[in-house]
Amino acid sequence: MNTWITLTDTLSTWMAQGKGLTRRTRPLRRRIAVFLAVVGPGLITSNVDNDAGGITTYTVAGAQFGYLLLWSLIPMTLALYVSEEMCARMGVVTGKGLSDLIREEFGFRSTFFVMLAALLVDLGNTVAEFAGVAAAMQIFGISKYLSVPLAALLVWMLVVRGSSRQVEKIFLVACAFYLSYVVSAFLAKPDWLLATKETVIPSLHVNSGYLLMLTALVGTTIAPWQFFYLQAGFVEKRVPARQYKHARLDVLVGSISCMVIVFFIIVCCAATLNAHGLTNISEAAQAAQALRPVAGRWAADLFAFGLLNASLFAASILPLSTAHVICEGLGFEAGLDHKLKEAPAFYSLYTGLIVVGAGIIMLPNAPLLKILVFSQVANGIWLPVVLIFILLLINRRDLMGQHTNTLTFNVIAWATGIVMIVLTLVLVYAALFQPGSAGLG
Amino acid sequence: MIHATEVLGAETFDSAGNLVGRVKEMFIVPDEQPNRVGRLMLARGKYRPIVARYDQIGSVSPGEVRLSTDESALELYQPNEGWLAMQKDLLDQQIIDTNGRKVVRVNDVDLADQRTNGNTELRVTQVDVGLTGAVGRLLHGIVPPSAIRRVQEKLPQRTIRWDFVNIIEPDPLRRVKLRLTSERLAELHPADIADIMEELSPDERQSIVATLDEETAAEAIAELDERLQTQVVEKLDPERAADIIEEMNPDEAADLIQNLEPETSREVLEEMDTREAADVEALLNFSPDTAGGMMTTEIVVVGEDATRGEVIDHIRFHEIPPDELDDIVLINREAKLAGTVPVGRLLLAATDQRMAELAFEPLLSVSPHTKDKDVFEIFDKYNLRGLVVVNEENYPIGAITVDDVVSRMLAKL
Repeated sequence: MNTWITLTDTLSTWMAQGKGLTRRTRPLRRRIAVFLAVVGPGLITSNVDNDAGGITTYTVAGAQFGYLLLWSLIPMTLALYVSEEMCARMGVVTGKGLSDLIREEFGFRSTFFVMLAALLVDLGNTVAEFAGVAAAMQIFGISKYLSVPLAALLVWMLVVRGSSRQVEKIFLVACAFYLSYVVSAFLAKPDWLLATKETVIPSLHVNSGYLLMLTALVGTTIAPWQFFYLQAGFVEKRVPARQYKHARLDVLVGSISCMVIVFFIIVCCAATLNAHGLTNISEAAQAAQALRPVAGRWAADLFAFGLLNASLFAASILPLSTAHVICEGLGFEAGLDHKLKEAPAFYSLYTGLIVVGAGIIMLPNAPLLKILVFSQVANGIWLPVVLIFILLLINRRDLMGQHTNTLTFNVIAWATGIVMIVLTLVLVYAALFQPGSAGLG
Repeated sequence: MIHATEVLGAETFDSAGNLVGRVKEMFIVPDEQPNRVGRLMLARGKYRPIVARYDQIGSVSPGEVRLSTDESALELYQPNEGWLAMQKDLLDQQIIDTNGRKVVRVNDVDLADQRTNGNTELRVTQVDVGLTGAVGRLLHGIVPPSAIRRVQEKLPQRTIRWDFVNIIEPDPLRRVKLRLTSERLAELHPADIADIMEELSPDERQSIVATLDEETAAEAIAELDERLQTQVVEKLDPERAADIIEEMNPDEAADLIQNLEPETSREVLEEMDTREAADVEALLNFSPDTAGGMMTTEIVVVGEDATRGEVIDHIRFHEIPPDELDDIVLINREAKLAGTVPVGRLLLAATDQRMAELAFEPLLSVSPHTKDKDVFEIFDKYNLRGLVVVNEENYPIGAITVDDVVSRMLAKL
């Protein structure tokens, strides 16, 4: 985050100097404002990617394999950037959301099933986020019967009562709270030299546990719903095509910062849990508890706080994004700038997702593990479909004009897509037939 | 009544009862009739598609079209930009509902089937933007049409009459070919037009500005949020931008111009009428968070000795638009500020009453460098609707009206 702020400040200063300080001081301030106005969707989307399910997977990866999986972060950053950049570009060039474009180009019925799938998959994910809230608060000794309804209410109020601008500010602050993982990692006193080496030099190991973990990492990092959210974010910010380079930078910074956090989570768990032989960890909350004796109270509390922040953050964005996407695609009024009365479908979908999502967690014998596995599998099946839609749309010359993918970019994008598809299918297979081995189990 | 989606995909037979093909697309030909389905395009597998004209259609029912001629009378299909395609241009696309003043997405199109001379003419009556159309689209081809109709009858309808439908076509050449006009759109309140523009993509916004006359365009653009204003204006060519900006109040114009890229703003100012450009440039010297940045230079100034009757004649003679009539500014013989008269007081005064007697007490004015926060406080304290801005020599140079204050306060929130 700090580097990000410095970076944007420096950039806007350069731009102001480059184009000359005309007439009065206003242009300088305006240019900073323009840049900051463009920044946001990429950073928020990539960070919200590190949600409850993601953090769980990273924790397990670090606990089981120590530093061994760190090298995968660099190719994953590239994959994340490549796929997100396409959505950002579509949003900026066409000025339309992903579901709008699917509707206009593929018709009502395709859209309907895309939206139905989005609803189910995102509901599963929402449940997983509230499970994360419950788990994190339990570490602080607060029962889920208190924490989950409170969290649901908080999330609902934030979005329904707050204005778009306030909400985005709060989200940006939530992005900053991910730094708690960085602090946790430093408190854990890891072997930085080894961590660096493992990040830069790939080390492939052929055993099923290792490969499955690798797959799970990729699967949780690139979630299908984030493409819709990202593109809608740029459309709503009305970023003009001329300022596309700012949007691209935002996506790049977002992808990198997301992966930096993943790096610190894995390092933290590797240095503590793995180093002390605590490799049999299956969820993030368990990891936070296990951290206490080996890394101290602060590291453990910060870790749990990070989980809470991530879960809350994702719990507010996921239902919001889902409601938005569905209403947009099916032609209902959508968006926070509408009043409750103007957009009843939007607000009822949004509320419904939160109520059902939190409600399932409140059931005394909720099959949480099965729900988490289901949401993971659903994401996996869903991702290839969305990626293919994106790749088809981005190469349409009538939509994108001169902004279609170049040949090189297409090769990278399709390769990313195919690798993602294969990996997630493996993950789906593993989750369905070998529950317990796919990270989230 | 029949739905467009029931005709699309329908098997088509000629007068001899032979299967000709399936309806792939329906076209409205605005050159002939603005609401009639003028052509059916029939796909024939690997052969080139052919076209049935409106006077060759014998009867139409869901899933089946019977032609009144022989297959040999049909022509080969030639793409035509001047035809409005039901599937490609209407279904699933956004349109503007000029009656409901918003942007909606088309789920289906309702057609009336009229019998004329042994043929059936399909006329577009309304577009379906509600649940009925959605359910129809979803079940189409899976459930028999009659069953879909039964379900639809139970659902609430949301339709828009064809007269109120404004089709959004970003390509200006095609707009002309399709004879699309925006008369009804232009009749909406500028704030509603602005709201509609905000819902659309950049190209579509541009196409709306292109169809509006300068005055309406100016009013609508002034209502857009700041980011969109600059985007829309920067995409116009400088001449057209200048024509539109000339129609704005100088303070609105100045706000807009200072947000443009330096190069664009220079070009626009060069294209503008010299006097109007000078007004705007004068305002550009003030920072937006001062009284100078908020004020308009369009004020009504009269001598303090003038009578009410003379002032009214003056206003009528100069055809000052009512929305620019706020406070009347009074000056003395040295052209310095002598007071202000709220229009309300002017309204109630006798014809021969002198302006000086009607002036608001106390005499209030601010310098152009006064901070906006101080301006807000003066407005609040004296419950003002307008406030005069004077230069160092106490000459009135502009006025701030309450709407400028509201905008500025909102921007600060």
